[in-house]
Amino acid sequence: MALTIEEVEHVARLARLSLTAQEKEMYAEQLSSILHLFEMLDLLPTDGVEPLAHVLPLFNVIRADEAGPSLPRDEAMANAALTEDGQFKVPKII
Amino acid sequence: MELYQHTVQEIGEMLARREVTAREVLASSAERIGRVENKIQAFITLTLEEAEKTARDLEARDEIGGLAGIPCGIKDNLCTRGVRTTCASEMLENFVPPYDATAVKRLKSAGAVVVGKLNMDEFAMGSSTENSGFFPTHNPWDLTRVPGGSSGGAAAAVAAGEVYYALASDTGGSIRQPASFCGVVGMKPTYGLVSRFGLVAFASSLDQVGPITRTVTDCALVMNAICGHDSMDSTSLKVPVPDYTKDIQEGIKGLRIGFPREYFQKGVDRGVKDTIMEALFKFEELGAVVEETSLPHSEYALPTYYIIAPSEASSNLARFDGVRYGYRDRYAQDTAEMFSSTRARGFGPEVIRRVMLGTYALSSGYYEAYYLKALKVRRLIKEDFDRAFEQYDILISPTTTSTAFRIGEKAEDLLTMYMLDMLTIPVSLAGIPSISIPGGFLNNLPVGLQLMGPPLSERTLLKAAYAFEQATGYHLRTPVLEVYGT
Repeated sequence: MALTIEEVEHVARLARLSLTAQEKEMYAEQLSSILHLFEMLDLLPTDGVEPLAHVLPLFNVIRADEAGPSLPRDEAMANAALTEDGQFKVPKII
Repeated sequence: MELYQHTVQEIGEMLARREVTAREVLASSAERIGRVENKIQAFITLTLEEAEKTARDLEARDEIGGLAGIPCGIKDNLCTRGVRTTCASEMLENFVPPYDATAVKRLKSAGAVVVGKLNMDEFAMGSSTENSGFFPTHNPWDLTRVPGGSSGGAAAAVAAGEVYYALASDTGGSIRQPASFCGVVGMKPTYGLVSRFGLVAFASSLDQVGPITRTVTDCALVMNAICGHDSMDSTSLKVPVPDYTKDIQEGIKGLRIGFPREYFQKGVDRGVKDTIMEALFKFEELGAVVEETSLPHSEYALPTYYIIAPSEASSNLARFDGVRYGYRDRYAQDTAEMFSSTRARGFGPEVIRRVMLGTYALSSGYYEAYYLKALKVRRLIKEDFDRAFEQYDILISPTTTSTAFRIGEKAEDLLTMYMLDMLTIPVSLAGIPSISIPGGFLNNLPVGLQLMGPPLSERTLLKAAYAFEQATGYHLRTPVLEVYGT
């Protein structure tokens, strides 16, 4: 199955990626060839097979609700591109 | 023999007996790095000054043993406190973690001397380290060839004698495949045995941290230090951790070995097949019972993996939005534009490809056809292994379909590149442990031998790997990087 430019644009919007016209064409072609590889799975019957999301028999790992030490605010924010008064700064939203 | 050429085990014993000091050991590794790093380019960041300080502090200790004082490298997707951790991506070029990954922390408390952070495919997505956002790494056996990937820097640094061992990560073969290409030992432990806390997430249901070393015993020694439950990782197993070196020399008399015929079929180079078949005779000579077996769903593993891993990646990499850490397009006028242009500029093409692929597979209308279907096939693949392990203690195959290829040779052909991992991916989907060791040589290039076992069979795998290693001595062959004289 081949992806159209419109489908690539839709996926790029969902993934928050701004692509140039040239990139859209490139990814349309490349992703189509990968999707082609997936078609062989259609030939394999999987009716009644339980999906396997995780290999471990682990369910809801819960710990006691106790407060532990946290990173100091300045350390936690040290990698941000822009901060102001101990808060992350982003462009105007409204 | 120079110090850097020793194994972890040997140098550890020499340090414990005070025949050498931690600073002498470090000086030898640092000198080796100085001589060969311009050819190999394994490191993104070198931390020799901090290493010197660690080595000096260790010398003040009354006792020294285990991994204490032994120089190592860390793949650059494992967080190191105060040392930048880039994932070989422009997105994280200046990211300095405020904490250590649990596996790194455990090595440090064992006294490890970290000399630097190792190159990789960007966000661990790739099989050649050519997808590094910074520069490619070269294979020590032939500098015109790739070291494999994604842990190419780790495998190359260990093979070139720049470090005694490295800590890396494996999602679909990222430890085993470069270990195979570089002629070293690489282990992907059972999913959940090593904490993933502080490993920058790629595909959380597949990612696993493990060692790359020059010998099987060294692998066991590093496993001893990094395994065990961690409350910071909710998928961490609560199981007792054995001493992996114990009884490693026990031998493999009566061990039942299966070789899955699907791993010796089309797509695998004849020379590689022949080398591994010969290795199987060696296992028979050593007393194992070797038989052909079948993992019938093997051919479906590749498409299954390329749905599941990118789907998980598209979700995991959503965190890179330019706000809390990482690159940010500062010229964006509004938040929507900031997210989109930050991500488009910060990520390289392979990462964008996989994020797009995963987003598509999870998107409304396609979820059932792709993602859900892949999860069902994943169960069939796991059940293949379950059935095989009712009859066999371990399975053996080639690690890779070929030996190391030339830099640039496959860069243009995405699918061929993806298919390189077809022998390591099934193990990852099943969550079982596996080790790649040198299984022979073809035209002076290493061929990797993959041993696979049921969950938590690491000791059996190490025993079998050790028996083969000692019988063949392949681990003693090292690449020639310098021409002396004249």
